[in-house]
Amino acid sequence: MGTRTSDPRIAAGIAALAAIGILIGGAFAGLGLEAWRNPEGAYAALDPYLLRVARFTLWQALLSTLLSVAPAILVARALSRHPEFPGRRLILRLFAVPLALPAIVAALGILSLYGRAGYFAEPLTALTGGTWPGIYGLSGILVAHVFFNLPLATRLMLEALQTVPTDQWRLASQLGMGARASFRLIEWPAMRAALPGIAGLVFMLCITSFTIVLTLGGGPAATTLEVAIYQALRFDFDPARAVALTVLQIALTAVVVLALMRLGANTTGDANLPVARRSFIQAKAGETAFNVAAILLALVFVGGPMLATVASGLKADLGRLAGEASVQRATLTSIVLATISAMLAAMIALALVMARRALAGSRQSDKKTLLERFTDTGAGFVLVVPPIVIGAGWFVLVRQSVDVFALAPVMVVTVNAVMAMPFAVRAIRPAYDAGSERHERLCAQLGISGWSRLRLIDWPVLRRPLATAFAFAMALSLGDLGVIALFGSDAVQTLPYLLLARMGSYRTDDAAGLALMLGLLCLALMMLADRLGKETSR
Amino acid sequence: MTATSAAVRFDQVVFSYADTMVRFDVTFAPGEITAIMGPSGAGKSTLLNLVAGFETPREGRVLIGETDVTSAPPADRPVSMVFQENNLFAHLDVASNVGLGRSPALRLGATDKQDVASALARVGLAGMEHRLPRELSGGERQRVALARVLVRDRPILLLDEPFASLGPALRDDMLDLLASVQAERSMTVLFVTHQPEDARKLAENMVFVEAGRVTAAGKTADFFTSSGPEAFRHYIGNERQ
Repeated sequence: MGTRTSDPRIAAGIAALAAIGILIGGAFAGLGLEAWRNPEGAYAALDPYLLRVARFTLWQALLSTLLSVAPAILVARALSRHPEFPGRRLILRLFAVPLALPAIVAALGILSLYGRAGYFAEPLTALTGGTWPGIYGLSGILVAHVFFNLPLATRLMLEALQTVPTDQWRLASQLGMGARASFRLIEWPAMRAALPGIAGLVFMLCITSFTIVLTLGGGPAATTLEVAIYQALRFDFDPARAVALTVLQIALTAVVVLALMRLGANTTGDANLPVARRSFIQAKAGETAFNVAAILLALVFVGGPMLATVASGLKADLGRLAGEASVQRATLTSIVLATISAMLAAMIALALVMARRALAGSRQSDKKTLLERFTDTGAGFVLVVPPIVIGAGWFVLVRQSVDVFALAPVMVVTVNAVMAMPFAVRAIRPAYDAGSERHERLCAQLGISGWSRLRLIDWPVLRRPLATAFAFAMALSLGDLGVIALFGSDAVQTLPYLLLARMGSYRTDDAAGLALMLGLLCLALMMLADRLGKETSR
Repeated sequence: MTATSAAVRFDQVVFSYADTMVRFDVTFAPGEITAIMGPSGAGKSTLLNLVAGFETPREGRVLIGETDVTSAPPADRPVSMVFQENNLFAHLDVASNVGLGRSPALRLGATDKQDVASALARVGLAGMEHRLPRELSGGERQRVALARVLVRDRPILLLDEPFASLGPALRDDMLDLLASVQAERSMTVLFVTHQPEDARKLAENMVFVEAGRVTAAGKTADFFTSSGPEAFRHYIGNERQ
């Protein structure tokens, strides 16, 4: 395990880091070059409009966070106090679904519920008196963000509540603590500790949200930095403005992520399914009614758009859609690109995990080297750089030398692979580290290394975690509308891109049908990832 | 096919990790069994790890025979090691686990396979080639590890409390097996143990380690007399209480 032997695992890790570095470095080079070539342009782009966009980005993220996290506290508490609530497991499973749902599918579900021609349009028209205008702009963005983040925050809060030792609950019931007292003395302290991390994560997801704002923002009044970058490049063709916007976006996310790191938050989110513990709580009737109401409201809010997606998707002429050449081509493109991207993500993640372990094993003190830090937490930092930013950088960099639209497949594959990498690392690392804990010295002793080690020792242990990482990365990549929105064209279309195009040309039924297909595909992959992951951890 | 016996020598070896530091200067007699005893955390396992090459000294040299192995990678040293547990790869069958001692890529010829079979027979596991480790008892797993030592056929054998998790009767069987295998191959054996009986039964020599230093070394018989080293008597006295 000494540093003197050049471990191929470390070389693989360095190669993976280099690949990530090239992808992100190239984007920054593009942005820097453009700013250097045209400093006045970039400077002039810092106009009141840009500041308004930045303000709106922060404002909507702040509101979304508040509206997601505050109710999540109530819902998580309600679920925690009623471990025998009928269908509790099912509800928690349902709350995991938004994690797997592509943003564009959710946006469509929300539109078919609350949109001008949605299922709720008539009752809402009757209720408000005037004609229901449909939710667009800030309200639409908020509804969608809460749809995604309320369930996430609830699950994370519930996890925090489950860290409370059982003895404390026993004690609480023995001392006869009522709902108010046990909230103040037990539940709130546990949730408060987790609150900054959870709120920070949700805030981060909301300031980098692209698809929701693009599809539900509905105009310059409700535009975020990411959407403005996209518009600057695709419609105005104003690279200088894109640079100014991108720099601002990176600065914003960097500040948030640094704050998150200080809070010790987990920036990749978690998808554990909390199990119910034995109940020591006897809630009174009044409290029970309140809790049941909280759970049911959340259930309707989260379940509604999903049901609407299915209902309006089934109304579409699915047979005709499936027969359309453009749909078939987009599906094939999506699957091929997502497969390659997922393989790349799993490979990069594996290389980083192996290198980190090898470096940790070979160090002579408890101080980590810079390289080990990079393979460890450093890799998570790619989340600071949203896909749109990387895409924008490369777009600006290569636009004069090659046809940017021809680059679409490469960009989609690489950017999505790097974005899925932190999640893949989380799937692979525990299994690899546990295996290595058992086998490291034995392998060194017997001289099992390189390809033999991968084939004989690591592969059997890693098969399942790798499959989990692959399925997860593939689902993420399939549903992504960030990079393809920039680079897509008639020549290269993915399913989300085609979906966006159909929405743009008001072929709502087609869009609904495609959303159903895409949603089911991603959901199936996520369930597969989840199942494979569970069997590994057993 | 037995390699000639070789001594293991620590020449002014200094090793440190974080805030622990050890300093060894000691020689282990060739072709004999030496028991290494001492309190927990004294540096016994570190001593074995330095011989195996899992750790590299900051100063000094580790010699095996006349060869300086201080900076040789573990696999290139003439050393086999049996750990307390995790000696086997759980997903590979017994024959493969033993075969890895011959070829780390598990490319085994007909002779290799024969050697594996006879090594398994030697440790009393004939016909168990295709069992998986989880189908074996703790004692049988350590026998498989010993079979791998046989096919690997290196002159030095390091044992890091290999029988600590076995019951008394099983441990006795394993000690007998180890003694007879050692007699056939005349390996230089370094045997870390907490059981004075193990040392008494098996080891000609004894090395006592305390706080990162060898504080006493000599014949085992001398250690167990009333004139044995003070610290050692104190240690086994404490152990027995």
